[in-house]
Amino acid sequence: MHEETVYDALTNAHDDAGHWAFGTGFDEPLAGVDTTVPDGVDPADLGVYCLMLGDDALVLAQRLTQWMTNAPELEEEVALGNTGLDLLGQARLLLARAGSVGVLGRSRSLATASIPDEDALAYFRDADEFRNTGLVEAENGDFARTMVRLLVASTVRLAVFARLRESRDPVLAAIAAKGVHELAYHRDHAARWVLRLGDGTPESHRRAQDGVAAVWPLMADLFTATDVEARLVAAGVAVDPAAVRDEVREVLTTVLERATLTVPPWPDDVAPRGREGRHGEELTALLATLQGLARQHPAATW
Amino acid sequence: MSAPTLDRPAVDETALQAQFDATIAADHRVEPRDWMPEGYRKTLVRQIAQHAHSEIIGMQPEGDWLLAAPSLRRKAVLLAKVQDEAGHGLYLYSAAETLGADRADLTDRLIEGRQKYSSIFNYPTLTYADVGVIGWLVDGAAICNQVPLCRSSYGPYARAMIRVCKEESFHQRQGYELLMTMMRGTPEQRAMVQDAVDRWWWPSLMMFGPPDDDSPNSAQSMAWGIKRHSNDELRQRYVDMSVPQAQVLGVTLPDPDLRWDEESGHWRSGPIDWAEFKRVISGEGPCNAERIARRRAARDDNAWVTEAATAYAAKHAEGHAGAVA
Repeated sequence: MHEETVYDALTNAHDDAGHWAFGTGFDEPLAGVDTTVPDGVDPADLGVYCLMLGDDALVLAQRLTQWMTNAPELEEEVALGNTGLDLLGQARLLLARAGSVGVLGRSRSLATASIPDEDALAYFRDADEFRNTGLVEAENGDFARTMVRLLVASTVRLAVFARLRESRDPVLAAIAAKGVHELAYHRDHAARWVLRLGDGTPESHRRAQDGVAAVWPLMADLFTATDVEARLVAAGVAVDPAAVRDEVREVLTTVLERATLTVPPWPDDVAPRGREGRHGEELTALLATLQGLARQHPAATW
Repeated sequence: MSAPTLDRPAVDETALQAQFDATIAADHRVEPRDWMPEGYRKTLVRQIAQHAHSEIIGMQPEGDWLLAAPSLRRKAVLLAKVQDEAGHGLYLYSAAETLGADRADLTDRLIEGRQKYSSIFNYPTLTYADVGVIGWLVDGAAICNQVPLCRSSYGPYARAMIRVCKEESFHQRQGYELLMTMMRGTPEQRAMVQDAVDRWWWPSLMMFGPPDDDSPNSAQSMAWGIKRHSNDELRQRYVDMSVPQAQVLGVTLPDPDLRWDEESGHWRSGPIDWAEFKRVISGEGPCNAERIARRRAARDDNAWVTEAATAYAAKHAEGHAGAVA
């Protein structure tokens, strides 16, 4: 019975989606959401803010994807793939939003007209136009460092998204409302690994502690607002990164202590770096891989 | 296992065998707790493990394009696909475990070369068109092989196959859709598609295994209802299915002898280079060593993670048991 249906569907491969055995319908995540820019908000600021949040997701998704086929367990391949897909989904919505309010930087002049804004932004911007933090662009290191970074990144992002649900921008509010469920899972998954590794064997404890030492300094510029953020916070659109610092600190301290790890001194705040387009060579290398094929065929659509 | 004990009567193997034979004859399912002949169990473990290994090794050729996929949508589609393959590997290893096998042991056998995986995954993915062609041809061939396994006599395998086939069918559609998009694209993209088809067509025909007159295990597997159709029958189905799809796509299949046989109503392909099949299966394909090396590294380099998880679970299980007592 299955047999006949599947074969029939496959022979009709060239027809519309309906002939495929198991459908193709994907829900449009923002269907029905009002996309008007709220009164008193500069679309350029809104777009740049979407790039900040979108680039964080895109770059971290790329880092997690590096684990595919290399993970410690098959269950972890599935979990990391899932997390990468969630983040990629968030990135696509945010980059598309940036494009829709006209923030495309130099990308639009390089990319062919037929490719969507999300791809123009992902594939045809150079590193100095990326707005992600240094936290997500740093190399994975071993599995312990990867999980510590995921814990920190998802804790910060969840705290931001939880507040962003109240944003005056209905698109950001909708993206955040969907994202919090995903991020709560990411944080939980990472926290469980940090517990297992911290409180596992002497080797895993040492590696987890080394991971903490490598990741902690990357938090220094996470909690200082850029001018763009400050203006959008005043307009009720963005979340002030300083407002999530205490919550982040509390969550991370709780997890590390339960994992029998030493909590290093909290880094002093410094001025934003990645959010202002200042990055290290890790991002250049990451983008070379991410963008290489698309840039080799600038006139192609995929 | 069947040795008589003092408090249990000797098991009547003849009666059990008769019951098993009746189950197979009636086309009913054999379930994990049912008695089964040792040969049936071994054959199934070998086949299911080989299938699971193929899913896991099969993540690699396409996985090589995950970081470089040329659009975010294609990246998401490919990531979801590679993730599905890990999931398929998991169901299949679980099905093998219902027969008394152990996943870690099967993985060791794979890495040590004592168990095989589909030799198709020993070919490299040279361009992004390979991602589409793997979806269309390799997943297409896999579906032809696997759809009949949804009626396999062993229940857990048959049920795993239903889910796997649904997802494979989706992957095949996505692969074909990528190729359609590329064929509507630039001349370079069209050339990439044709080149990928040229490289993957013959290996995909070899996925059905050796010809029927050179397939030593097939007859017993058919009698046991593990296999439902012969290698050549399935290969023919695949050719008949793929030729019209190639025509719609606008690519040429690299077989000068391929022709429509009016009398039988089938597409007939030219001779397959079985010497190449044997070379690749015996470890001399372009990527055999690389595929196994990566699987080995994932196991060995991360062994400390698994040890940590085990140690943590043991510590906390003790604590829990103590609390209950």
